[in-house]
Amino acid sequence: MTHASPTTSAAARVRARLSTRAASLVALLIAVLWTTPTFGLLLSSFRPKDEIKSTGWWTFFADPNLTLENYQEVLFGTSSSSGRLASFLINSIVITIPSVLLPLALASFAAYGLAWLNFRGRDWIYIGIFALQIVPLQMALVPLLSFFSEGVSVAGIQLLPAWELGDTGRFAQVWFAHTCFALPFAVFLLHNFMAELPHELMEAARVDGATHGQIIRRVVLPLVAPALATFAIFQFLWVWNDLLVGLIFAGGTAESAPMTVRLAQMAGTRGDEWQRLTSGAFVSVIIPLVVFLSMQRYFVRGLLAGGIKG
Amino acid sequence: MGLEFDFGAEQPKLVMLLLGVVAFLAVVGVMLLLLDRAPMRSRSRLHAAILLAPALTLLTIGLVVPAVRTTLLSFMSGDSKTFVGLDNYVWMFSQPEALLTLRNTLLWVVLVPLLVTGIGLVYAVLVDRSRFEALAKSLVFMPMAISFVGAGIIWKFVYAYRPEDADQIGLLNQIVVWLGGEPRQWLQEPPLNNLFLIFVLVWIQAGFATVVLSAAIKGIPAEIVEAARLDGAGALQMFFRVTLPSIRPAVIVVLVTQAIGTLKLFDIVRTMTNGNFDTSVIAVDMYNNAFRFGETGKGAALAVFLFVLVAPIVWYQTRLRRRVQ
Repeated sequence: MTHASPTTSAAARVRARLSTRAASLVALLIAVLWTTPTFGLLLSSFRPKDEIKSTGWWTFFADPNLTLENYQEVLFGTSSSSGRLASFLINSIVITIPSVLLPLALASFAAYGLAWLNFRGRDWIYIGIFALQIVPLQMALVPLLSFFSEGVSVAGIQLLPAWELGDTGRFAQVWFAHTCFALPFAVFLLHNFMAELPHELMEAARVDGATHGQIIRRVVLPLVAPALATFAIFQFLWVWNDLLVGLIFAGGTAESAPMTVRLAQMAGTRGDEWQRLTSGAFVSVIIPLVVFLSMQRYFVRGLLAGGIKG
Repeated sequence: MGLEFDFGAEQPKLVMLLLGVVAFLAVVGVMLLLLDRAPMRSRSRLHAAILLAPALTLLTIGLVVPAVRTTLLSFMSGDSKTFVGLDNYVWMFSQPEALLTLRNTLLWVVLVPLLVTGIGLVYAVLVDRSRFEALAKSLVFMPMAISFVGAGIIWKFVYAYRPEDADQIGLLNQIVVWLGGEPRQWLQEPPLNNLFLIFVLVWIQAGFATVVLSAAIKGIPAEIVEAARLDGAGALQMFFRVTLPSIRPAVIVVLVTQAIGTLKLFDIVRTMTNGNFDTSVIAVDMYNNAFRFGETGKGAALAVFLFVLVAPIVWYQTRLRRRVQ
């Protein structure tokens, strides 16, 4: 290499520069391809109805024309076709908050018990919960729905009554379903974090006469706060963006169905009303996007913990 | 167009939300109270019972019992009244429409992990240590926050079709027209429409691969990279001889994670074509049979088959994680 002639090294330099050029071009192409569709949707949602339906959003730059009318109509319009999305937006909020809090609480207690208490069968219970992660939620849908609507009866004897929930009561079904489905991952994630806390810390707290309740409150939860945040943001995105569970357990009306269910309906039946679809889709996207961007650190940490370290 | 929105009608929901939050506080309060009351000197079995009972009860009611019942239902008729043996499974592997669903699912589960990993890897390598790395990564990562339904609408808009004599409103058809082609109904022409649906999931997930693989690339020891560079390795050689072998475990993790998610995919197909035009996949067929056509047996059989497909991959994934650790 020391005797390389100047010409080859110059050629190599040219080639290297070309390859970085080509590389940058490919990277740029991917970045453009990944952002343009969302940008087109966002821009379209502010264009007047007639223009969305007759010309492409790229013509906007030749003839700029913006309005908020689409948002007004899709959120608050009262005609049956308008979307009434504000109502579904509230449903999504009502569904999401307890569906994040409940598994968080139950899994924290269970994970603590599995990580720091010694009792017979502990390992088997942990393996059992862990193994439940392999059950796709499709396996649970039909029987769980009949559990809500018909109760439990064995050999003709009614053991548990049906839930008999009308309208807003349906929210409880959705919370229940989301909580059950979230538990295996939540227990697994929190257990991993809790098990790594130093042994001496727990011993010291016990010697001081703290109860398990006090240890959880004062020692464990503050220390695993990042893990709690990680699970919370995963569960938030999962519940907020979920379609299947909402479709089955929340029904399809403005009384209890989440926004995703409404948007899927609109995309199906009025698939060409782009003024409502674009603004509606953007409304549903903006909240998780804000949460996601402000908490990206925790999200990436969870991704790496769940994706690589386990 | 009326615009009066009835906020009063929304109040019962907020009451319900309040109830939900109170339920959460009550659960926490009661658990802590019980734990505080149980003397520390008593057997840890008692404490364990308090800590684990709620979670185990919910898992039993919500997952274990339903999974067993679904398995049983898959051997029953559509109305769940008569035992039909393996009929539902025979249907799944013999009827043309069911076979089409299986073929589509196979197409998804092969293409999505490969494309996601490929694109994510190339992008992660290309932007690594560039000036705009953070920005470039978050641009591709952002679709991860968007619901599949939202992504479905975004791409349905890209694929939108207008007749040849009209102005196109979908970007893809406009590009085709600019290049001198004829606009087409991308989502209605099998078998190509499957690829257009598949790309939507790739678009959502590529950011996941980028972030995970980028972290792995940064973990490659600097000495190895430096040694290879001193040996005169070119960019491509560097990629195939150094980068790729060093991050192999992370690549496999991404492939496996994507395979699991893809098998269960429901929302995109449901939103964009609802399984019409030969685009159905197992999860969509399962939903339609169990909840729309009243064919509980067939729906249950599809769910069981999904479980059979997913289980070994998840099992492999956990073994993989343990080894990486």
